[in-house]
Amino acid sequence: MSKQMTGAKMVIEALKEQGVEVVFGYPGGAVLPIYDEIFQQNDIRHILVRHEQGAVHMAEGYARSTGKPGVVLVTSGPGATNAVTGLTDALMDSIPLVVLTGQVPTFMIGTDGFQEADTVGITRPCTKMNWLVKDTAKLSETIHQAFHVATHGRPGPVLIDIPKDVQFATADYTPADKIKPTHYQPRTEGDPAQIARLVELMEKAERPILYTGGGVVNSGPRASQLLRELAAETNFPVTSTLMGLGSYPASGKNWLGMLGMHGLYEANLAMHGCDVMINIGARFDDRITGRIKDFSPNSRKAHIDIDPSSINKVIPVEVPIVGDVTKVLEEVLRQWRARGSRTRADGVAKWWKQIGEWRAVKCLSYKPSTTTIKPQYALERLEALTRGMDRYICTEVGQHQMWAAQYLNFEDPNRWMTSGGLGTMGYGLPASIGVQIAHPEALVINVAGEASWLMNMQEMGTAVQFRAPAKQFILNNERLGMVRQWQELLHGERYSSSWSESLPDFVKLAEAFGCKGIQCKDPKDLDDAIMEMLRYDGPVIFDCLVEKHENCFPMIPSGKPHNEMLLGDADTQGVIGAKGAVLV
Amino acid sequence: MSALNIKKGSSSHSAYDLRDSHVQLEESHTLAVIVENEPGVLARVIGLFSGRGYNIDSLTVAEVDHTGHRSRITIVTRGTPAVIDQIEAQLRRMVPVYDVHDLTAEGPAVQRELALLKVAGTGAARVEALQLAEIFRANVVDSTLESFVFEMTGTPEKIDAFADLMRPLGLAEIARTGVAALSRGA
Repeated sequence: MSKQMTGAKMVIEALKEQGVEVVFGYPGGAVLPIYDEIFQQNDIRHILVRHEQGAVHMAEGYARSTGKPGVVLVTSGPGATNAVTGLTDALMDSIPLVVLTGQVPTFMIGTDGFQEADTVGITRPCTKMNWLVKDTAKLSETIHQAFHVATHGRPGPVLIDIPKDVQFATADYTPADKIKPTHYQPRTEGDPAQIARLVELMEKAERPILYTGGGVVNSGPRASQLLRELAAETNFPVTSTLMGLGSYPASGKNWLGMLGMHGLYEANLAMHGCDVMINIGARFDDRITGRIKDFSPNSRKAHIDIDPSSINKVIPVEVPIVGDVTKVLEEVLRQWRARGSRTRADGVAKWWKQIGEWRAVKCLSYKPSTTTIKPQYALERLEALTRGMDRYICTEVGQHQMWAAQYLNFEDPNRWMTSGGLGTMGYGLPASIGVQIAHPEALVINVAGEASWLMNMQEMGTAVQFRAPAKQFILNNERLGMVRQWQELLHGERYSSSWSESLPDFVKLAEAFGCKGIQCKDPKDLDDAIMEMLRYDGPVIFDCLVEKHENCFPMIPSGKPHNEMLLGDADTQGVIGAKGAVLV
Repeated sequence: MSALNIKKGSSSHSAYDLRDSHVQLEESHTLAVIVENEPGVLARVIGLFSGRGYNIDSLTVAEVDHTGHRSRITIVTRGTPAVIDQIEAQLRRMVPVYDVHDLTAEGPAVQRELALLKVAGTGAARVEALQLAEIFRANVVDSTLESFVFEMTGTPEKIDAFADLMRPLGLAEIARTGVAALSRGA
């Protein structure tokens, strides 16, 4: 009845049973048996990366753009340690990943063997759960359980460490439906009594705000649909964290734009001045709250989160609702509609009038230039020239990331892949390849800064080898732009190590990789250059030489509340105090 | 926009004064954590405490259900009520954790710790040590002409008190298990 097979074969069987189509990985001594099995089948495609960190970010891009878990296969020792940054990134941003690592044979564990590392020890704090499998008979069950853990509750990365002798040994394969049920069954239904309290708050609210986050995206497309219904029927304004962009469409009439440190003026002031805040799948991150003591001081707050430890962690809330966003919003809408779909329409209308005044400030305006390309202008043109396309955007980390969040419009969830919690420079290029592998026909653009992009540029080899035509749109200011901005504002304009003197010629670099390079430095040429990038059938490295000293605004300085935003360079004189400077 | 007139480029020293001034008092809580007895589970729990900066005053662990492979970890920790709540929530969401009880919050609980104390001495001090041990209901589990090993069970405070008395009488070594605790009643 049950099938006997080697551990290596079991890995492939279990992945197939879990519906895995793509594995991102890099072979090495301790995973050779598994690679041998990959060679002998055609159901699972293996994407050979250039560095294990790239594999994990590709899997993240794949996961975030599809809603399915990303799968990574790497070897022991350095293979596993190179994956650590990606694991931490996925843990912070709640991305479901299953990472398989090879390990030295069980009888060698603890002897400091060649390419031995304590992988489960090293990755324990940066995974949702990890396992060292010492018995082939338990391998398939552990893999099935790993997929369950990665995708249930708050999603996250899990890791399975598989010693080489376990891969060679033979045992019975346990199918997914035959494993003993795991006790890990996080609650997904919100408490109806708490939801009733939220509905009462909604009915009384005169200055409400829906503060949404990555949890809406993680909950699936239905959650975004329900959010749109909620906003349309209540007329409540909607803002979102960096991670939640796209769950409410940028073209929607209730959209305020992103909030937070580099969020929009109207979004942050609405957060500060609201009387009812409804947090849907966000976590009161420090980029959002600014100074805790002065965070939205006069609002009654509700918080919907699948992770109970997110509730009351940073900001105490009156109405805590533990559950999956989709299920909770269904119940919220059901109860609210059953009670007559009431809101304080007059109060809300006044609130919109106030928001309109904040909007009139036009916080995203910048000083245009006819001689140099302003980074904001580059993104406005990219937005205009790709509007309506089947488009996915990734970013690296820094100024360009914030500008992309501000100037690009997202109409749907799963279209925006960025490293939010960990802020991992080097995320975007591999993530864009992962997205492109998942959506071969779509337009995938990585909006990058040249410094971040260089951190994982070896993955261009992967893009070329696997014909992933992801476009690398590099806003090149020859600076570590965000570092430079902080040094200007906080450290007396002492630009310590924040520029690079020997950048590569990106066009020649593209040629060296076997793809297309485009350079543009004149605003008049920009549209044509972008169109050339879009038309090219293959990966492109676009070197967009932009203004070198542009600062990213609006900005809430560290240690300041939402209502003390800086709108432009004129506001920055001595504004961040000694206390704020210690915060990152 | 605000004009704070703080000198441009001023540097900084400490972030601590940025913390919420509504200081809450720290409390001691005893938590019972029921976990799956799998390799690394203790490291996972301890790593949570060290990684997030929580205190551990005492920790005991043993498998309590050999067929179900469940262990009970008893942790005595300190923190403000908000921190204690956060510790409990963080423990609860760990995959191998079945259940968490805050024995301090859930009602009266029995707490016991076992200690072994080696007291070395001769003459009057030796006699006094033995008399005090009787008062404290400590058992003699090893004896030589120059030493006793006392075994005693009690609350941590009782053990502290006994150890304080033994110190001038020749306390040479002490081994303590840490607290085990159960809620009172059915």
